[in-house]
Amino acid sequence: MKQATAKVTGEICRKFGNDRTRMMDIVLEVQARFGCVSPDAMEEIARALGTHRVEVESVVTFYAFLSVKPQGRVVIRLCSDIVDWMKGYEEVAVAMAKELGVTMGETTADGAITLTRTPCIGMSDQAPAALIDDVVVTHLTPDRARQLVRDLRRHLDPHQLVTMVGDGNNAHPLVRSMVRNNIRHRGAVLFADFVPGSGLRRALELGPEGVIREMKESRLRGRGGAGFPAGMKWEMARNAPGERRYILCNADEGEPGTFKDRVLLTERTDLLLEGMAIAGYAAGNATGIIYLRGEYRYLLPFLTNAIEQRRERGLLGRNLLGRKDFNFDVRIQLGAGAYICGEETALISSCEGLRGDPRNRPPFPPQHGYLGCPTIVNNVETFCCASRILVEGAPWFAAMGSSRTTGTKVLSISGDCRKPGVYEVPFGITARELIEMAEADNAGSMLIGGPCRRMIGPERFEGRICYDDLATGGAIMIFNRARNKLEIAEHYLDFFIEESCGHCTPCRVGLILLKKAVHKVVAGAGEPSDLAGMRDLSNFIIRTSRCGLGQAAPNPVLGALENFGDLYSGLVTERKPGLLPEFDLSKAVVDAELRAGRQSKYV
Amino acid sequence: MSRVTFTIDGKTATAEQGQTILKAAEAAGVYIPRLCACKDLVPHGSCRVCSVRVNGRIQAACVQIVTEGAIVENESDEIREYRRNIIDMLFVEGNHFCMFCEKSGHCELQALAYRFGIAAPRYRYLYPKREIDLSHPDVYLDHNRCILCGRCVRASQDLDHKNVFQFVERGCRKRLQVDGEALAATDLRVTDEAVASCPVGALMRKRVGYAVPVGRRPYDEIPIGKDIESPGEE
Repeated sequence: MKQATAKVTGEICRKFGNDRTRMMDIVLEVQARFGCVSPDAMEEIARALGTHRVEVESVVTFYAFLSVKPQGRVVIRLCSDIVDWMKGYEEVAVAMAKELGVTMGETTADGAITLTRTPCIGMSDQAPAALIDDVVVTHLTPDRARQLVRDLRRHLDPHQLVTMVGDGNNAHPLVRSMVRNNIRHRGAVLFADFVPGSGLRRALELGPEGVIREMKESRLRGRGGAGFPAGMKWEMARNAPGERRYILCNADEGEPGTFKDRVLLTERTDLLLEGMAIAGYAAGNATGIIYLRGEYRYLLPFLTNAIEQRRERGLLGRNLLGRKDFNFDVRIQLGAGAYICGEETALISSCEGLRGDPRNRPPFPPQHGYLGCPTIVNNVETFCCASRILVEGAPWFAAMGSSRTTGTKVLSISGDCRKPGVYEVPFGITARELIEMAEADNAGSMLIGGPCRRMIGPERFEGRICYDDLATGGAIMIFNRARNKLEIAEHYLDFFIEESCGHCTPCRVGLILLKKAVHKVVAGAGEPSDLAGMRDLSNFIIRTSRCGLGQAAPNPVLGALENFGDLYSGLVTERKPGLLPEFDLSKAVVDAELRAGRQSKYV
Repeated sequence: MSRVTFTIDGKTATAEQGQTILKAAEAAGVYIPRLCACKDLVPHGSCRVCSVRVNGRIQAACVQIVTEGAIVENESDEIREYRRNIIDMLFVEGNHFCMFCEKSGHCELQALAYRFGIAAPRYRYLYPKREIDLSHPDVYLDHNRCILCGRCVRASQDLDHKNVFQFVERGCRKRLQVDGEALAATDLRVTDEAVASCPVGALMRKRVGYAVPVGRRPYDEIPIGKDIESPGEE
């Protein structure tokens, strides 16, 4: 058994050239083959790659989809985002657990099926949803969940669960998924017609410098959420010293409530690949990598095929469009369940086969990125925009949107509304207009950028979607007036705790302490001074954390404090001095009795 | 090589091009408190004790390169407050019992608490359950006292040219792991730089115990950082 593991693992390592930087691919394949990356397998990988077992273990234990201990032959990952909760997650989870005879996190006694939960899988518009290995199931109900478990028990083949396929390329033989696109509004940039090769052809006419000039004139800002000017990033990478350059596409769409990149990957694949090739041409001597989140593994064969087709048409690979010495190829790097890998330096670490720990900045990726080379990391949508800008010209693009945020934005709208889905709208649209478009009655609050931004109430609904007002990477969640905002805040605080890489103290420890503080207040044991304490602690974490995760993680709590402060203040009361309100005497006595092994005679 | 000029707490100083703020301040006789940063090791930027305000933004001095005209705040109330917070957090995150710890008086975490006048942490202890690895003949690893600074990880790799330690898991479950079933299964030797690099009582030499009497230990009388602030003084 041990030898068999070593043999197969050794073969997998060889397949990736025993290359240390391909560690992610290797451990993912070992995981798929054996249901875990066992200590024996880690030993073998370390031997083959010339590294140490603890280095392999460090990578394996970082990612949620990898495990050292054996898992069931099929793993059900129920999506437990807040939107799934709102749509009936709990009933589905109970039904599934009962049918399987396990609790959450356990494997059935016969080792067949593991039931676990996972944060947002990018299906908020068709929640509750789950990943069964790499097969997505959507719109779950308790009845369907029970039936699904019964079917699965019979054949243990998740692919057989797909009886009805979704629209568009979701029905493509290489996808065959029940996922739906739910494209509700097509704008002028992303969802307009596009002839593959047209953007690249224009790029070759303009020359690399001309492309960068065009990009800068379009004033396109990164669509991932941070809004860094794309043209400037491309120029920095072009001008940085170095032999090779890399174009990384961030398809690690992990922000809860975002799913627009999933639709772009499915329906606008050419737009994306062409945008990457244009960036490669502008940067010079470059190679592309798409970092695809593990949750979207079901798109891998389809995307691989799309890359292959473009190679055949001379739009990828060697001598693009017949231009001598213009080579640009793309590979796909699969992720394995880590939100932090959406942070560009963590994404680079992961592509290099390391833990998805963010890096210290500076140096910034355009100077020193993947394998130390100048690297452009852009979101899926940013590359798609680039293709269209090249075709239609910068003035066309810059004329759309608001004054300082040009173009359109693809939004993922979900939550309490009748029309959840993908909307391409010009920047500058108000939150209220979105509520109307999505047909949300009784909207009481919104998250305009997922949980990494602060929740807003109706008094901010006239605010505009743009980088100067309501900034967003595209995750718009609508909550009706009846929703418990403090519960939402706590839910997302838990999410950030789970997804923190643990590198820096403020994020690793501070978030746990913040959770304790919030919990004390919610449990009714808080005092007014606790609210000030929560605010101070939140600001401390935001200011001193190393990366964007820690700098955003207190936002759910801060948003609730700032915009719905009366909810918290209604829960706190002044206490008598000298008392610790969270101290429960009778519980403490029971604890002590259990430890001492005898009953107290005083209580 | 050209030098850059910067100010730290209003005092003007110069630094080498490409020097970190921490090193540049040190050369100018200004001590910036730190835990994960250590001489001869690549900076880690993880503990954040060395947080300073640079041109208005909070940055970790150990990884931030000093730029021409930079205005660095090191001793403001705000920065002191942040550092105190971090030290408090490191205390409550683990199980630190200074009165019983052989590292007392030599411990950089304890010395920083003294320097900041911390008598007790402001947060409640988390009391995690952690392991102690006593397998090695000459060294023990007490995870209760580990602050995840990564000094042993880097020292083992870069100075000892081994790979005894690495971090596993993530977030609040992140912990130090050794390259093998236990410390005894690794090629760690008591004389390794990794052992000496530990700022706290996590990685300790066996059979040393309380060798130096209270009162004569390094940080009993002289605050941590004094050697940088007044070099040559005893």
